[in-house]
Amino acid sequence: MQKITTQMLVERATALLNNGTVSAVLGWKKGEYDYDVTPGVFKSAEELSEAFVYGDFSAANLSKYLIKKTDSITGKILVFLKPCDTYSFNQLLTEHRFNRESVYAVGVQCGGMVDIDKIKSIAGDGVLSVDYSSDELVVSTLYNGDVKIEKSRVLAERCVNCKSKKHVAYDELLGESGEEISSGRFDEVERLESMTPDERFAFWQNELSRCIRCNACRDACPACTCEKCVFDNPNSGVENKSPANSFEEQMFHIIRAFHVAGRCTDCGECSRVCPQNIPLHLLNRKFIKDMNDFYGEYQAGAEVGSRAPLVNYTAEDIEPSDVFNRRGEDA
Amino acid sequence: MLKISLDKLGNMFAEISKNMSLYLPVDRADGKSEYTKWEEGKEWSNSLNTVKGPKDIFFPQTEDMMEFKVEGKNIEVVDTRKASEDFVVFGVRACDVQALEILDRVFLTQPYDSYYATKREHGIVVSVACNRPNEACFCTAFGIDPASPKGDVSCWKTQADLYMQANTQKGEKLMSLLADLTQEACDEEVCKEKNAIAEIMKKLPLAKLDVSMFGGGKTQEFFDDPRWAELSESCIGCGTCTFVCPTCQCYDIKDFNTGKGVIRYRCWDSCMYSEFTKMAHGNNRNTQKERFRQRFMHKLVYFPENNDGVFSCVGCGRCVSRCPISMNIVKVIKKLGGKGNE
Repeated sequence: MQKITTQMLVERATALLNNGTVSAVLGWKKGEYDYDVTPGVFKSAEELSEAFVYGDFSAANLSKYLIKKTDSITGKILVFLKPCDTYSFNQLLTEHRFNRESVYAVGVQCGGMVDIDKIKSIAGDGVLSVDYSSDELVVSTLYNGDVKIEKSRVLAERCVNCKSKKHVAYDELLGESGEEISSGRFDEVERLESMTPDERFAFWQNELSRCIRCNACRDACPACTCEKCVFDNPNSGVENKSPANSFEEQMFHIIRAFHVAGRCTDCGECSRVCPQNIPLHLLNRKFIKDMNDFYGEYQAGAEVGSRAPLVNYTAEDIEPSDVFNRRGEDA
Repeated sequence: MLKISLDKLGNMFAEISKNMSLYLPVDRADGKSEYTKWEEGKEWSNSLNTVKGPKDIFFPQTEDMMEFKVEGKNIEVVDTRKASEDFVVFGVRACDVQALEILDRVFLTQPYDSYYATKREHGIVVSVACNRPNEACFCTAFGIDPASPKGDVSCWKTQADLYMQANTQKGEKLMSLLADLTQEACDEEVCKEKNAIAEIMKKLPLAKLDVSMFGGGKTQEFFDDPRWAELSESCIGCGTCTFVCPTCQCYDIKDFNTGKGVIRYRCWDSCMYSEFTKMAHGNNRNTQKERFRQRFMHKLVYFPENNDGVFSCVGCGRCVSRCPISMNIVKVIKKLGGKGNE
């Protein structure tokens, strides 16, 4: 498989800007280091050649930005979408969150994104640069010199358990589109399911006790697009800026998981952005797994306009009592 | 100068804990560290930084302020404040010590914050020099020396020993508790350590970050700068930077209805939030650009303007490593901070 480089994306984006197809490009901007890449808008060839970057740290899912950017930018916006981002893109279209005609989507081949925390756990602190031009990363550090690491060892969790290399939406493709993958993404959910209720409660209590209510999970989530989140609305009666007690901090995440159930594409942004490393994606995956069990396989965002099982009544729907009884008293 | 062998640290923590609570950075299962109350078996983390600073110990994310007990038409106001007992915060980095001094400027001037004050009065801060600063560190830009941390007691960790020096009466009191465990030592090893740290600091990528363009009196210069729009364009408006920041001090006061009355508590607030400082007329910062600008103007312009030129950033690098979209104060300084940063 051909390696997709920053240069290839810049050239294509420049051509589409120059021929008038698009008036702006939504992509990733270089940071101070190799790993602190920021989503950004580019409006000229100069801006693109100066700051655009696509590589192993272009992890941010850009699809949610389309809601605001299609409003504020006249003309079409070019957006680069990795395979998993295209599912979010479709789901946002299903929910009429932006106008498809305002967007020119370029699907871009993805070899998986890496996790800087995993890199640091191997190479040590003081990472000066990360060369990811091959699958053996060369990490230049302050204290341990150059450390070579196989990329597969430092892939982000969501990429280790990648569900699909297939682009489900695009106007054109850069590189190759792959297939859906039967990954081990439900393994950890199954491990939690096999716990006793007390063990499982202790697991989540421990994880969620670290929550600082920064709301990064919600604000990064492409399924969380309410104009005004109930947790931000002083008139809602449930607004809170920090957990008043442990009950509240658990409720926030569980309510959010319920709210995005059936709409969550399992893009994994919630866990990627969590400053406290809470494995929030496991809540969503539990819902996805249950819905697959109850209503048949369903992947949110696989196509535009599909009806999620939770909003689509059929006479064959599982009875609530069967749900309750399916694993005996422990369920 | 006193020293204690590193393999005796457990004994030292136990001795301190006999007398008072001890908080120190402890590694978590996810590889990050956080300030944790010491108990037998807990080990001092080797990490450079905790996710949250020691701010949380002196100014907790959620703190009850008072209680209202309601019976019929009677409302009783209960003062729930308690005087703090002595406690030790161990392993505080130079940047985080400076951060506490910044919080002092906010909470220990009129109107005096008694909740914070009692903890500051009873808290003994034991700092430790940074043997291994990392690429996101830029404390030196704010005049902080990571090789000579302040605090009630300053420590330096070498291969075999921890060197300790009391700087205040509180610090001496703590050291007197540890007299049997420590021994007199000369400064030689500490000097070597300080020199080694100074050498590393020169190699850090942000060693030359220049904040001289900022400071009090620069509001007009920066407020309407068109570059705020680009800097803030992908900010998702979460509160990560403010909550991991050791100097961010804004809070909201909320009432919690218990059914029998009200608990009035305060909790950290974030200028990044749409509901921040909402007033009767609504909100005075309606776009994320304005909220984003507020945070950095506060740190780099407004705070120094009101506090003898002291910036309210200490260069700890937490926002640099935790922001979901990797936008942070370093990028703001480099973009707006003029020639010194090119």
